[in-house]
Amino acid sequence: MARYTVFVHVMPRRGVLDPPGEAARAALSALGFEEVREVRIGRRIAVEVEAADPSQAEARVRQMAERLLANPVIEEFELAAGGSPERANGSAGR
Amino acid sequence: MSAAVVGVVTFPGTNCDRDVVHAINRAAGDRAGLRAVPVWYEEADLSGIDAVVLPGGFSYGDYLRSGAIAALAPVMQAVAGRARQGMPVLGICNGFQILLEAGLLPGAMRRNRTLSFICRAVPVRVESVETPFTRAYRKGQVLRLPIAHYEGNYFAWPEELGAIEAADEAAPGRVVLRYCGPDGQDARIFPEYNPNGAAGAIAALANPAGNVVGVMPHPERASEEWLGSTDGLGVWLSLGQWLAERRAAAGLPAGRGGAP
Repeated sequence: MARYTVFVHVMPRRGVLDPPGEAARAALSALGFEEVREVRIGRRIAVEVEAADPSQAEARVRQMAERLLANPVIEEFELAAGGSPERANGSAGR
Repeated sequence: MSAAVVGVVTFPGTNCDRDVVHAINRAAGDRAGLRAVPVWYEEADLSGIDAVVLPGGFSYGDYLRSGAIAALAPVMQAVAGRARQGMPVLGICNGFQILLEAGLLPGAMRRNRTLSFICRAVPVRVESVETPFTRAYRKGQVLRLPIAHYEGNYFAWPEELGAIEAADEAAPGRVVLRYCGPDGQDARIFPEYNPNGAAGAIAALANPAGNVVGVMPHPERASEEWLGSTDGLGVWLSLGQWLAERRAAAGLPAGRGGAP
């Protein structure tokens, strides 16, 4: 078993008013960025799992997102592979 | 003759549990015919309990989302099972959020439209007296109850909202309390009276069977004169009446309180 990090990007679903996003949109507009039509603010969750391979890691984290990490009523999510934590640390240098 | 037993659940982070126990046992007292007992979140057996209150507070620190982790606590399996059998369940504030996350009520809570924590008394109108928690009120009665929340902006998709609002002679609708103006003005028409932006200005909501109710305002904080309002007392008196009638219908001795 290897360790994998899978990122879950949770976002408010389109059509659901996102008050923090709306506040940010209004502030951007006040700064002169009048082309901004919508801002949605979500969150990013890093899940480190043990799995046989990357696809199994992703499948398990997808189940986690569906059952707990996102609220399907008002949120949607996407997964992104984060590589192994060791490699992530190694590539963090400047 | 014994009083009906109300289990008041404590999750890690809950902070209104003792207030609810006090409101039931001391403020409402013998008039309600209820006895409140604390229930720990690890409890999986609710035998001997006639009704459950999920009180307000920040269960599990509101980490991830308000109520999301508490909805998975062992006690919620038992609460869901008994709720399906018709046991009255009241979720107050964070308890409302837990009921949503547990799927016992439809919809979800967003941050308040104002992006601020709101802590003040607001007027709400009684829309349904057909629940175990509101039968002692009059339909259309305006109550003053305190709210204290950051995420009370109720959301449901239009189809679900339509089902919630649908009311006819047979079914009174599932909106239990609605935010309103001081004279009962409908906050759907006057949004300045909708403190958090909730869809349909919904302040309290019932499931289709009516026995599970989520309420954002805190009735326990309006159960004694010195708190500034006794408008919340009716919640406990309602529950006492309802349980006493159920006992009578089942041929069991009534609780001490019963009908007023």
